Amino acid sequence: MTMHDIYLLSPELSLAGLATLVLLVDLIVKRKSYLFVLTIVGLAVPLGFTLALLGSLDGASMMENEGVLRDTLVVDKFGLFFKLLLISAVAIVSLLSIDYVKRFEQFQSEFLVLLMYSATGMMLMASTKELITIYIALELSALPVAALAAFMRDGRSAESGLKFLILSGISSALLLYGMVLVFGLTGSTQLDDIAERIATLAIYTDQPFGSYALLMGVVLMVAGFGFKITAFPFQMWAPDVYEGAPTPVTAFLSVASKAAGFAVILRVFYSAFGIEELSIEWSAIFAVLAALSMTIGNLVAIAQRSMKRLLAYSTIAHAGYIMVGLAAVSTRAGSGDSSLGISAVLFYLSGYAAMNLAVFSAVIAISNRINSDAISDFAGMARRAPYLSAVLAFGIVSLTGIPPTVGFIAKVYVFGAAVDAGLEWLVIIGVLNSVIAAYYYLRVIKLMYLSEPPSTDSIESGIPLRLAMLVTSAGVLLFGLYPTGLLNFVKSAAQALLSTS
Amino acid sequence: MEFEGNGLLTLVVFLPLAGALGIALFIKRDKQVRYIAGAVALAELILSVMVFTTYDLSKGGLQLVDRTSQWIPIESFKVEYYLGVDGLSTPLVLLTGLLGFAAVYASWSIKTRVREYFVWLLVLQTAVMGVFTSLDFILFFLMWELEMIPMFFLISIWGSGRREYSAMKFLIFTFLGSAFMLVGILALFYSTGTFDMILLPDAIAQTELIAPAGIIFGLIFTAFAVKLPVWPVHTWLPDAHTDAPTAVSIMLAGVLLKMGGYGMIRVSAGMFPEVIVDAAIVLAALGVVNVIYGAIITIRQTDLKRLVAYSSISHMGYVLIGISSVAGVGGLVSPTGLTGAAMQMFTHGTITGLMFLVVGLTYEKVHTRSIPELGGLSARMPVIAVAFLIAGLASLGLPGTSGFVSEILIFLGAFPVYGWFTGVAVFGVVLTAGYILWMAQRTMFGPTIDRFSNVRDASRMEMVPLAVLIGSIILVGIYPSFVSDMFRDGVAGIVADIQRSGALAMVLP
Repeated sequence: MTMHDIYLLSPELSLAGLATLVLLVDLIVKRKSYLFVLTIVGLAVPLGFTLALLGSLDGASMMENEGVLRDTLVVDKFGLFFKLLLISAVAIVSLLSIDYVKRFEQFQSEFLVLLMYSATGMMLMASTKELITIYIALELSALPVAALAAFMRDGRSAESGLKFLILSGISSALLLYGMVLVFGLTGSTQLDDIAERIATLAIYTDQPFGSYALLMGVVLMVAGFGFKITAFPFQMWAPDVYEGAPTPVTAFLSVASKAAGFAVILRVFYSAFGIEELSIEWSAIFAVLAALSMTIGNLVAIAQRSMKRLLAYSTIAHAGYIMVGLAAVSTRAGSGDSSLGISAVLFYLSGYAAMNLAVFSAVIAISNRINSDAISDFAGMARRAPYLSAVLAFGIVSLTGIPPTVGFIAKVYVFGAAVDAGLEWLVIIGVLNSVIAAYYYLRVIKLMYLSEPPSTDSIESGIPLRLAMLVTSAGVLLFGLYPTGLLNFVKSAAQALLSTS
Repeated sequence: MEFEGNGLLTLVVFLPLAGALGIALFIKRDKQVRYIAGAVALAELILSVMVFTTYDLSKGGLQLVDRTSQWIPIESFKVEYYLGVDGLSTPLVLLTGLLGFAAVYASWSIKTRVREYFVWLLVLQTAVMGVFTSLDFILFFLMWELEMIPMFFLISIWGSGRREYSAMKFLIFTFLGSAFMLVGILALFYSTGTFDMILLPDAIAQTELIAPAGIIFGLIFTAFAVKLPVWPVHTWLPDAHTDAPTAVSIMLAGVLLKMGGYGMIRVSAGMFPEVIVDAAIVLAALGVVNVIYGAIITIRQTDLKRLVAYSSISHMGYVLIGISSVAGVGGLVSPTGLTGAAMQMFTHGTITGLMFLVVGLTYEKVHTRSIPELGGLSARMPVIAVAFLIAGLASLGLPGTSGFVSEILIFLGAFPVYGWFTGVAVFGVVLTAGYILWMAQRTMFGPTIDRFSNVRDASRMEMVPLAVLIGSIILVGIYPSFVSDMFRDGVAGIVADIQRSGALAMVLP
């Protein structure tokens, strides 16, 4: 491992280092709030390294798609895009947790440390191109989350942690089994090699995926990754875990964990199974899962009474919308722009991160004070907390996909990619779903703005939460009105992925 | 960033939004809020008159273009900021200015949550102006969707009766329609590679679409049909109207319904000349159902607002009949029917705007909208009664008012094409006369009722919007070419396209 390799790995290494530093500093300082300041300021280091790497990719002082550690990891714009997204998500979630963790008597620093270790795993997930490394990165990201979910140490939270641990274990087992089958067929764990071997293998045209072994392998891998992105029918854990876990952890799960899951899916499927015959077949799998996720997520969300469960089902539905972009594979692009589907996924993930974190910030700020996350307790909130309600309503409008928000552009872009790929039927299911979603989302807004509040106490929020809300809602508005910068970035990230494969 | 144009349309579209933001951020006192909203509405009226007078009819075509291609310049998703008006949209901009003004002044008596109310009302005006001036399909769609949120709040917070139900119903119907439109727009883009609504008609004619043109037409038409509204997707309208506050009813009937008609002419007829010719007979049939069914239901109503709402459904049927005249006769299309349809939108906007204003004022004075409880009001409030009668007579198409002009144009245009349908639809005028006169008789005339002896007539402030709307009704009635020339010029291109597309059956005599 040379110095250059260390430079290439610097974002992950510095984030893990920051986590360890926070753990050590915790032993000497008394006031725990310093740790949060340290974390948020310290995140500038991995952020700086990521930007520097991005700069050296553009400045050609580095090869495009440089491999590290015997080519198990790769540094390219695609991975760096996700690193930026994940670091931003960690920063926002840390801001959200400052008030929240005060209710724990101990282990406040461990909360942050686990968050950062998990994020390190997710960043590795975004840059691996080797199956075993993918598996390890996945486990590194999942295990801290299980501990985080159980952090409240009450019945619900313990159940949430245990559920996550067990189901995450099962999904890893499925994933591993799928990987083994692919390895058995192709004799390699390197994604590039797998692609080469598949291309040279005799493909039986009468069998799906060319051979039943590959079919089983791919289906099992979809199941394993499907758990991460809460795609139907692997979404069962999400509502219970989301409800029981501390709310900042829920926010982290719904944004960061999902982004990392999609990163790894895109990388594996475009690098290893990117050839035309295969991509058309797995695109059909994702198309069906997308339709089911959207529909099930939205329909079940209608009946929810708890805000966190509502957001859990909404996250399942949004996983469906994002998978619409996944199903719009490059080989089917009618416009000749082969990166359209990938960049739609990346754009939606960034937009979703902004809007969902805006919603979670406001929900945390409100439920911190009223000690409840029942939707009915949000009644008349507009009069008790006008700014919090405005942020929440704005985030919800964006989740519904109504302008002038990033949710609107993201929806149009993802559905556009699917129309371009000839998936009109999926888009029609998608738009019908956005109508169903409008019903339950706007009911929340209606409750906040039209109902009488049970009490007239006004609700205040601390500076960190306000900062988080300001940043996220500014993102929702900015990318909704002028998405060009972000679109260009996701486009070059998408092209980087295609050129690797 | 390169920007073409003089910015007049940009100002027209975004001035209300800027006013709304200003009110939301800086103004606290209710009184100031009203005056600022009033000033913005007045400025907007003046600006829309400026647009109308600046538009040079002798040159025709697209004018006052504001454009920058730098908004989203991604090749596979190229969206421009592109505003412009032609003969079809210019009068509608004027209409929006007029009714936006009337709506703000009709809201003077709003007492609860004043600041929020005017913010939403102004945002609504931006969205509608945006729909009529956007020439990029995504921008058009953005404005189309933007209109829903203000309407939702305006109906559900300041409405009456089952307001929350009505607001949600309005939203779900509109959202469902626009969801289909989105699919259609995307299908067009990925067939032709452009969102430019001016280039699209040619681009569609020259490229092979990724889906059958009939299906794309149907997807987009659904959104317009919900908005117009066309039977059987009209059911949201009576609920929304009945429960909305007066000013919102004015905007809803006056301009929001016209978004549907405008879309049908600009997009459905303008971009799909061959499909619209095939679909014309369906449009004519639906139009007749709208006219007759709407009118029959109207007669039975006992709530003043619901009555006007159903009469809107009936009157919007004429727009459909006017559009159906594009099927042509003997291989020739006359622009009369389309011009009439566009005229009908303009005149119905002012007439129904006035009608809702009068009904709103009446309700405010006497606190009931139930027709059986009313009577003899003309003695107590002569100004309102006169305005009521003018609106009613214009609505039934009395010569000398604008309602006559548009209906006669529609009948002249459609009769040679679909004689029987038009003949039945003309009968709708008789029904209109029936319910309008009967309503006027039961509410304004007849013996005076003691309970209403303290009722006051319209105040000075309330007379302003009345005068503006009556003025425009009479003006267009006496001098129709004031707007009809412009509409005729606006639809000329569409008629020529249909003629050229060769979709017409060449019937030799």
